[in-house]
Amino acid sequence: MINFFLNGKAVSVDVETDTPLLWALREGLQKTGTKFGCGQGLCGACTVLVNGNPTRSCVLPVSSIVGQNVTTIEGLGGDHAVQKAWLAMDVSQCGYCQPGQMMSAVGLLSHNSNPSEEEIRTAMSGNICRCGTYPRIIKAIQQAAKNLQKEQGVGVAFYDPAVDAHTANGGAV
Amino acid sequence: MKISRRKFLVGSGVIGGGLLLGFSFQDKVPVPHTRTGSFQPNAWLQITPQGEVIFQLDKAEMGQGVMTSLSAIIGEELDFDPANMVIEFAGAHRAFTNPQMGVQITGGSTSVMTGWEPLRDAGATARAMLLAAAAQQWNVPAAQCRTDNGFVLHPDGKQRSSYGELAQRASQQKHPGKVALKSPEQYRWLGKSLKRFDSEAKLQGKTTFGVDVLLPGMKVAVVVRCPHFGGSVLSFDKQSVASLAGVRAVFAIHSGIAIVADGYWQARKAANQLPVQWNKGPLAGLDSASIGSAQKAALEKTEKPFSILNEGDVDTAFAKASQTVTAAYTVPFFHHSPMEPQNCTAQFRSGQLELWAPTQTAMIARAVAAFYTGIEQENITVNSTFLGGGFGRRGYVDFAGEAAAIAQQYPDVPVKLMWSREDDMQHDYYRPPAYHSLRAAVDAAGGVTGWHHNFVSNSVLSGFGVDLMHAMLPTWVPMHIARGIGRSVADHVPPYDVSMGEGTKIPYAVPNRKVGMVHHDCGVPTGFWRSVSHSFNAFAVESFADEVAHAVKKDPVAFRREYLKDQPRHLAALNLAVEKSAWAVQPRIAGFGRGVAVHESFGSVVAMVVDVVATDNQFSVKRIVIAVDCGFVINPDQVIAQMEGGAIYGLTAALKNGVTITDGACAQSNFHDLPVLRMPEAPALEVYIVPSMEKPGGIGEVGVPPVAPAVANALFAATGKRLRDLPLVL
Repeated sequence: MINFFLNGKAVSVDVETDTPLLWALREGLQKTGTKFGCGQGLCGACTVLVNGNPTRSCVLPVSSIVGQNVTTIEGLGGDHAVQKAWLAMDVSQCGYCQPGQMMSAVGLLSHNSNPSEEEIRTAMSGNICRCGTYPRIIKAIQQAAKNLQKEQGVGVAFYDPAVDAHTANGGAV
Repeated sequence: MKISRRKFLVGSGVIGGGLLLGFSFQDKVPVPHTRTGSFQPNAWLQITPQGEVIFQLDKAEMGQGVMTSLSAIIGEELDFDPANMVIEFAGAHRAFTNPQMGVQITGGSTSVMTGWEPLRDAGATARAMLLAAAAQQWNVPAAQCRTDNGFVLHPDGKQRSSYGELAQRASQQKHPGKVALKSPEQYRWLGKSLKRFDSEAKLQGKTTFGVDVLLPGMKVAVVVRCPHFGGSVLSFDKQSVASLAGVRAVFAIHSGIAIVADGYWQARKAANQLPVQWNKGPLAGLDSASIGSAQKAALEKTEKPFSILNEGDVDTAFAKASQTVTAAYTVPFFHHSPMEPQNCTAQFRSGQLELWAPTQTAMIARAVAAFYTGIEQENITVNSTFLGGGFGRRGYVDFAGEAAAIAQQYPDVPVKLMWSREDDMQHDYYRPPAYHSLRAAVDAAGGVTGWHHNFVSNSVLSGFGVDLMHAMLPTWVPMHIARGIGRSVADHVPPYDVSMGEGTKIPYAVPNRKVGMVHHDCGVPTGFWRSVSHSFNAFAVESFADEVAHAVKKDPVAFRREYLKDQPRHLAALNLAVEKSAWAVQPRIAGFGRGVAVHESFGSVVAMVVDVVATDNQFSVKRIVIAVDCGFVINPDQVIAQMEGGAIYGLTAALKNGVTITDGACAQSNFHDLPVLRMPEAPALEVYIVPSMEKPGGIGEVGVPPVAPAVANALFAATGKRLRDLPLVL
């Protein structure tokens, strides 16, 4: 049994320890928003945040995230500044890579609240989109950065059990 | 089922020539998702007494936006906000036959093109029947009633009835015959940049793609396939993996060895450990170099290629020429690689097979599932899901055949077949390789008098014809006969497959023109790849047009304008791209180059101006200015999105290495050795639309063809070096 925190809630999943986090999420916990794209950490479709950092879940053994905080697309809540910007720009085409794209974007903006276009391109280079939505993703991240700055102080909040260890059930992000 | 051949043909024609009401469908299969008591004037539309307006989306949503565009088309004439419709994937049914393809399929950029008339008719007819129902209810002339977004309004200006309230009475009205359609100035939703209806769910991770199908008790399967095309299993050691954790079954199917497990990782680990002896099959030893030389040899030894075009007197033009320009171009195999690897879920119980398939053609998926299981098509249900990209790959349904075969051997519970990325890249139906030989005759005055183009490629029909015919013919035709006809088509038609010559009939006013095609099939599976033969033919034709322009010492834009005088659509797109790119005002940057290409495909014309910067043997594509004439625009923002996406898809194939063949197998395996364009390499894109009130053309594929030649032409401008082979490498 592997225990970790998913989108602010303590979860347990019964899989073999070498199982990549991706499959623990998708099959063990039935959270299918995180996508399988390449299985080798090459395409970014499986990107989640581990302790706030964009991480390729398809090559991360679930044993290595015991007790850690994992945030998936489901944890953004639907009205996150990044999601709102993606909607405003109508970024998605097939949409398959977009959860991973958005998690990378959230990770970027949590470290750099006002990235240049060059910084966006570099930070997002691990996420492939075959529909070619790159130009709109760049615009959406710029838009999200502006929105986040307006919401000053709100920022991107992640559940941190070290801060709130006594409420194991946690609260949604 | 007894049915005449004539009725089948009539039935097919009816859908194409304008929708006729009533249910004269030919199979025993009922129209999917029919609600009892609803007003269902045609297979697409239902209005329930509760007021739900339900649209059966008969095309696959793979990113191209049909969910938004097609519902807007039918909603416009129904006078009902498409954003408030219930939109359902229709599944497979003969009523939804694509009139350009003879079977229900999403491809060829045909969805809006072929839906434009029947969907407007369907909406307008339903609206007329709702008006008639209201008029009858109120005892007033129908002509005095109006509709307003889901309501019929009484002439008194006070009373109104919702479509739901009128549903029952509407279903008793007579078919109104030919109904008048709105004029464009009356449009409320068409021509507007409606936001995509599928965006919000996609951004929340709530969209169900094929891989996301979750069913109670579901198992996961993978298939270990022979890496050599056409090869087969000699033996495998089932016992070595049968007892691994989570593994439930290991058995042979038609395409390899299936491993069924509790989860993907368990199945994949077992697959990686399974010892298999392969028979390499008929392509053992085949490699890309030998395919390339065989293609070239095939072209050279063929005295009379199949004629695609023969106008004027090409031989005399060359005999009298004072200058001859010649060049040869090649393109490699190229992979599709949609982001969602192939997959399909299937469940077989009590003689019924149910599939959940991310496919461009649920109907062919049904036929293929029937073929591999022997189950009658009437006993097979195909549920469509969202597609994580298609690009032509999901017009092939090998995954559906595999899933069906697995479910039959592992019955009762649902089984999700998952391909890895390696499976997806190594068992693709690749864009075929091609070799093009061109020459142009120039007279003493510098006028281009002759154009002679011969090329060799293989027909994509060979991988498609059998399944297509099986699905196309009515289900009462015995399967072996249907597939026998398909085999015959696939074996005999390819040398004459004019679809491989798309885009070779140049728009330029050259008086003597000849285009010939030679068929050479090396046996590696090939197929439709976004824009099909346009994608490689445009590279040859538009690169060569540029070479000819330089040979006659003309600016590439001026040259094209001169020879496109009689082609107003080409000229308009070209002029718009030229104007918006400020063609003549070229920046003074070291290594800068600007190139142009214009190409018509799928009823639309696209011009591109590409800026590159080259230093030493490196270059980057900085900007692409795109102008498109696709006729009347349903949704401008989605046209822009498709042009952006098409340009980037085409750019990957222009810049990145394709698939190479070693020992009859794909030599690459994942995104590290089949790289695709990533964000740092994405150029700035600008899209401009030529205003038009002509009927809509295609948009999903038309952004691809001009990219590669425009980049090659820009690189020539930058470096003086003419690149004639894809990928473009300095």
